[in-house]
Amino acid sequence: MAKSLDISGLDVYYGSFLAVQDVSMTIEPNAVTALIGPSGCGKTTVLRALNRMHEVTFGARVEGKVLLEGEDIYAPTIPAVRVRRTIGMVSQKPNPFPTMSIYDNVAAGLRLTDRRNRSGWGDAVERSLRRANLWEEVKDRLAKPGTSLSGGQQQRLCIARAIAVEPQVLLMDEPCSALDPVSTLAIEQLITDLKRRYTIVIVTHNMQQAARVSDRTAFFTVAGNGHPGRLIELADTAQIFSQPTDKKTEDYITGRFG
Amino acid sequence: MALLGRPSRHPPALADGLTARCLPRYALPVTAAAVPVAVLGLFAVTGLQGVAGFVVVSALLFAAAQTALSYLVEGRRSAVDRLCTALLCLAFAAAALPLLLIVGYTVRQGLKVVDLQFLTHSMFRINPEKVGGGVYHAIVGTLVQALLAAAMATPVGVLVAIYLAEYGGRRRFARLVSFVVDVMAGVPSVVAGLFIFTAWILVLGFQKSGFAGAMALFVVMLPVVIRSADEMLRLVPDELREAAYALGIPRWRTILQVVLPAALGGIVTGVMLGVARIAGETAPLLLLVSLNQRIEFNPFAGQTDPRPQETLPTLIFEQFGVAAGNAESPPFQRAWGAALVLIVLIGLLNLVARFVARFARVRG
Repeated sequence: MAKSLDISGLDVYYGSFLAVQDVSMTIEPNAVTALIGPSGCGKTTVLRALNRMHEVTFGARVEGKVLLEGEDIYAPTIPAVRVRRTIGMVSQKPNPFPTMSIYDNVAAGLRLTDRRNRSGWGDAVERSLRRANLWEEVKDRLAKPGTSLSGGQQQRLCIARAIAVEPQVLLMDEPCSALDPVSTLAIEQLITDLKRRYTIVIVTHNMQQAARVSDRTAFFTVAGNGHPGRLIELADTAQIFSQPTDKKTEDYITGRFG
Repeated sequence: MALLGRPSRHPPALADGLTARCLPRYALPVTAAAVPVAVLGLFAVTGLQGVAGFVVVSALLFAAAQTALSYLVEGRRSAVDRLCTALLCLAFAAAALPLLLIVGYTVRQGLKVVDLQFLTHSMFRINPEKVGGGVYHAIVGTLVQALLAAAMATPVGVLVAIYLAEYGGRRRFARLVSFVVDVMAGVPSVVAGLFIFTAWILVLGFQKSGFAGAMALFVVMLPVVIRSADEMLRLVPDELREAAYALGIPRWRTILQVVLPAALGGIVTGVMLGVARIAGETAPLLLLVSLNQRIEFNPFAGQTDPRPQETLPTLIFEQFGVAAGNAESPPFQRAWGAALVLIVLIGLLNLVARFVARFARVRG
């Protein structure tokens, strides 16, 4: 059962620099929420704060709360590793593990997080590849290296890898920006399929993509250089693109800046 | 030098169009033929002698002549270009010449002595001042000690490199460790040998042995392995680590099963190059390992019965001493033979390292 995320008063710091200020929003379950905004407005920063990936960066810290169905993922008793198994992430550039085959790539999340280290992940691998719409294309060459696929296929492989561990929420950081239009279409259709099972948050530069794919849209912007990014507006996609309430949102959507 | 017929920016006199004058194709070969003749004449007139002098003067004269010709025909920019190219080639020749001479001379002298008997027999019961015997015992000693040192240096070195690349970051302790590794890399091998001699033999009371030599080689090899493993680990892109973290894979497993395999080819190459380097180290072995004419496979054997291990560098040293300056004597020839074997051994190790690197890269 996909879960919802409740963010309240989120501030993200890189060292002493406040990158994102006071973000409060709710991510609906079984829906796609898009984070849009101009470059440098903090959308990726907010996304990474949702599964504690910012902790990988030296000097990054967070204040505020992020609740996953009521549980604060930043509670000191909860290790980051457990959070990331429930909230998965797909990056912008497809990055399959180069020393592993396609099968091993999809199974990596399962194999390397299971203390018992069982073998025989075949069913889970097939299920994930089918859900990622990649099974038919790779079922005969599961032993080939993960890097032998095309860009779009590699990204679907990364998505299969991410969903193999059965997360509740899937975070996607501009998943199509490195891909050609045909692959982009395939991934967008995949996202629409996936939301039946998972909660999806997607950061995108491409407004038309946000309009096509998402149910809810959040618009972020930054006042200027050195200022923190802020959430300006969050609403249903149809409404934000036709009748935005804030002037800044309207300016961005109509292309006056960004 | 593919300098012939390249068009240059033309001198101001030909300001229209793009083509410029350039030296005709025959110009440089003709100059190259004319210069030695001129220099021969010069030598005959002035009474200078010597092959080396002839070569140097010819090369310099050729460089000057081609620059002057180029300046007259093609213009200043081309002339400067040709001059710099000529100087670079001369510099390369000056750098490559000693290497070629060493290898050539070693091969020539060594081949007089190296044959199957030389490679498969030791010096047991052979009078070193007479012809006969071989270096098999020394080959065994070199390989055993170098591989033993590598077996000790590789795990320690890789673990330190993992600390520096994955956990250390900008912390003060990591910077201290990095500094110490750099200093260790500069420590002369004889000092490493002296340290092991004091610690192992004087203080702890063990005897000279192949193992003591291997420990000194370990000290020399460790910084090499750490440096190259550190570089290779840092070359693994962060995106891979992030992909693993995003799946909820804990850090130690990420390093062990994602990062390390990705860097493995380079690490193996670094280790093999380290082994190639220590295979020829002489000074610490002279301090720590006694000479021996018999084959000895056990590096832990001490000075008394059974006897310690001879290695190729120490054998060269020993035979040189016996020869006492007589370049035609059998021990001197034997030293050359051992030198050839050592160079070939190191060359083979380097080749294997390159092969492993290429194989790992193609697969990944």
